[in-house]
Amino acid sequence: MPEMTKQRPKHLALNEIRLPLAGFASILHRVSGAGLFLLLPLLIWLLQLSLGSTQASTEMFAAVTGNWLVKLILLGLLWAFLHHFCMGIRILLIDIHVGVEKQQAHNSAVAVMVVSLALTAIFGLKLLGAY
Amino acid sequence: MQRLVVGAGYGLKDWLAQRITGVVMAAFTLIMFAAALGGAMASREAWQAFMGNGFIRFLSFLFIVSLCYHAWVGVRDIWMDYLNSAALRLFLHVMTLLALVGYAGWAIQIIWRL
Repeated sequence: MPEMTKQRPKHLALNEIRLPLAGFASILHRVSGAGLFLLLPLLIWLLQLSLGSTQASTEMFAAVTGNWLVKLILLGLLWAFLHHFCMGIRILLIDIHVGVEKQQAHNSAVAVMVVSLALTAIFGLKLLGAY
Repeated sequence: MQRLVVGAGYGLKDWLAQRITGVVMAAFTLIMFAAALGGAMASREAWQAFMGNGFIRFLSFLFIVSLCYHAWVGVRDIWMDYLNSAALRLFLHVMTLLALVGYAGWAIQIIWRL
């Protein structure tokens, strides 16, 4: 059995790969997941500040979330979460054989990109205090 | 039959765990969204009262555990896909695992002392 002798895990040549849209949405699933993982300490810290009972935690929470750089990072994380969420639902649907055909899979990838960006705009404007 | 040992998991358990933890987190997300619409995030007091509710605390605990398990499988896959050096992979696997266990403890004590 030749496949048993293959060297795994495979290591991919990222610079040589040209992705269709579904592949692009898929790699963004990985990128967004990595970003959420890397900035998880920031999110847990904000949770801690938001639930703190002291005056200091109230003021610190206001100061941190009022910082424009933090807002920008949170906006990025908001997109990352929403993309990861939408793409996750697409993956679960494909797992149960919904939308496996090539055209359907392409359409659902478009839907994931559009919906996650639209939701980012809606929640992002709230985050930035537009309404 | 000879099996080439490469240090990877052989699959189904992680695949399934990734789905189950994902569904748990998605459900929790929808609950939090509904709570926000219901005013649970309208003020600091409302937010703290909501998160201090026993049932919500139970769900938050499940979310945190799911998140850390999910991140472990996902981040480990990233290291396995792109890193050639077994030594570097092992180092980053251990670092990832330690970070996630620490994050879980940190997040759980935040919600548990409410």
